[in-house]
Amino acid sequence: MILEGKVWLFGDNVDTDAIIPARYLSATDPEELAAHCMEDINPDFAASVQAGDLLVAGSNFGCGSSREHAPLALKGAGVSCVIAKSFARIFYRNAINIGLPILECEAELSRILAPGELLRVDLSAGMIIRLSDGSRYQAAPFPTFMQEIIQQGGLIEYVRHRLKR
Amino acid sequence: MSGQTMIEKILARGAGKKEVKPGDLVSVKVDLSLGNDITAPVAIKEFERLGLDRVFDPEKVVLVPDHFTPNRDIAAAEQALLVRRFAEKYGIRHYFEIGRMGIEHALLPEQGLVLPGQIIIGADSHTCTYGALGAFATGVGSTDLAAAMAIGEAWFKVPSTMRFIYEGELPPWVDGKDLILYTIGQIGVEGARYKAMAFCGPVIEKLPMDGRLTMANMAIEAGGKCGYMEPDAVTFSYLEGRTAQPYEPVYGDADAVYEQTLTFDVSRMEPQVAFPPAPDNTHPVSEAAGIKIDQVVIGSCTNGRLEDLRRAAAILKGRRVHPRVRLIIIPATQRIYRQAMAEGLMDIFVEAEAAISTPTCGPCLGGHMGILARGEKALATTNRNFVGRMGHPESEIFLCNPAVAAASAIAGEIVHPEEVMA
Repeated sequence: MILEGKVWLFGDNVDTDAIIPARYLSATDPEELAAHCMEDINPDFAASVQAGDLLVAGSNFGCGSSREHAPLALKGAGVSCVIAKSFARIFYRNAINIGLPILECEAELSRILAPGELLRVDLSAGMIIRLSDGSRYQAAPFPTFMQEIIQQGGLIEYVRHRLKR
Repeated sequence: MSGQTMIEKILARGAGKKEVKPGDLVSVKVDLSLGNDITAPVAIKEFERLGLDRVFDPEKVVLVPDHFTPNRDIAAAEQALLVRRFAEKYGIRHYFEIGRMGIEHALLPEQGLVLPGQIIIGADSHTCTYGALGAFATGVGSTDLAAAMAIGEAWFKVPSTMRFIYEGELPPWVDGKDLILYTIGQIGVEGARYKAMAFCGPVIEKLPMDGRLTMANMAIEAGGKCGYMEPDAVTFSYLEGRTAQPYEPVYGDADAVYEQTLTFDVSRMEPQVAFPPAPDNTHPVSEAAGIKIDQVVIGSCTNGRLEDLRRAAAILKGRRVHPRVRLIIIPATQRIYRQAMAEGLMDIFVEAEAAISTPTCGPCLGGHMGILARGEKALATTNRNFVGRMGHPESEIFLCNPAVAAASAIAGEIVHPEEVMA
């Protein structure tokens, strides 16, 4: 799948309290959560983010709590993919499990890119292309097992297949 | 072939394999899966998409409404109701209602539900607490919980293990909280990302279970997949009378491979304080001296156990909370609450003019029972001090042990307990 969108930049160690503050966790609907996404660290994000935008962050993105509301809020906000230098492990598995595309890329994209610039992402190849100058960045490939979950559309669909077998 | 760590052995056993190595992806049988009033509703929604008429094994599911309960508002009440109805419908015996419940990670070990050698997942990041009893326990998301409720399994990448050896003698007023805060300060909030953290050495051997639970609890704050102590005499005596279930302790091989070993001499360690905005921003308490605080919270899955309350009471006895400070004390479970009453700790707290709450995660995650206003500073025995964690994004949280929290509540500013006790 090829994605193209505008970049939102975040730094290192963006925690899940920042992605969706706990005070809103009585909601489970992605769109309701999206209305408060990132509000404590970037009050403009929720109102300005557009469907198809990409989020680029530094290392340890999604650290802190296990709340699945964090990737759900990003999904609800229309974020098409999160690219980070590294992810905290629970956020990583939550994103895979709910089908929010993520890519782990060693390049310091959160420092290289400018906010609002355009990226093209080839999800299956893990290729990230900066449209302003054509420079290309390769993301880490997913292990086969995770590719299976991704292809089946998330963990619940994967489990559904297993239960049928 | 080299030996295996305790975690590798537990995961191998759960996967039905003779051995596993770091990096392997395995699907393992889960002994216990846990959800709370925030994470279980999302899991229930996902589980119901599968259209099953039963959970894989109702005995292996634990549901604890502890975050926004007793219900803070209508939305929270609806969430709690959803969990309650699910527990009824699927015959979940280990559902703990208000009045019988506690903060999940204090409650499960107390109830004898956590055993050495087990594999436990919880839709709560502090599930890693149970590593203190020699289990492999880790936080996952709600969909993982849904899948485990459906098929009794979860997938994992086998983590490599970092070993932490603590040597020397713990100074007075320094406890498990300080050891883990110091450790996180040394390696950073992603220092153990994806890894297991093995806590060992002579200091750990002497550390009581409460302190061990506190340490394993905060492994996630260094990015760890789990933190653990191998089972020993302290573990077995803690389990006595709590469980009738048989269990099989697992120990790492003498030639197990650790990715890294760090050794800390604790003999001259001061109580530690983590400054905002992250738990790795740790400093000795002397560097925090004089910081004025508005609220002090003693409680949470990190430090709301009986030993923590006793430490706080030893300092609060016959003293009064500073007029400018609000001290909120939250016993982590009903049993702890009752025992604290029996020991007279509650009298000490009330006489000191502290507010005592029923068990709840409450203020730790900015849920209720002590939210901070703009510009306020809190000192808390909780586990996270991220921006906005306890309330307004412009409030600040400092983390510490229960003795420092109690002493500082009296002083009105962060102090070493020695100063109050002198």
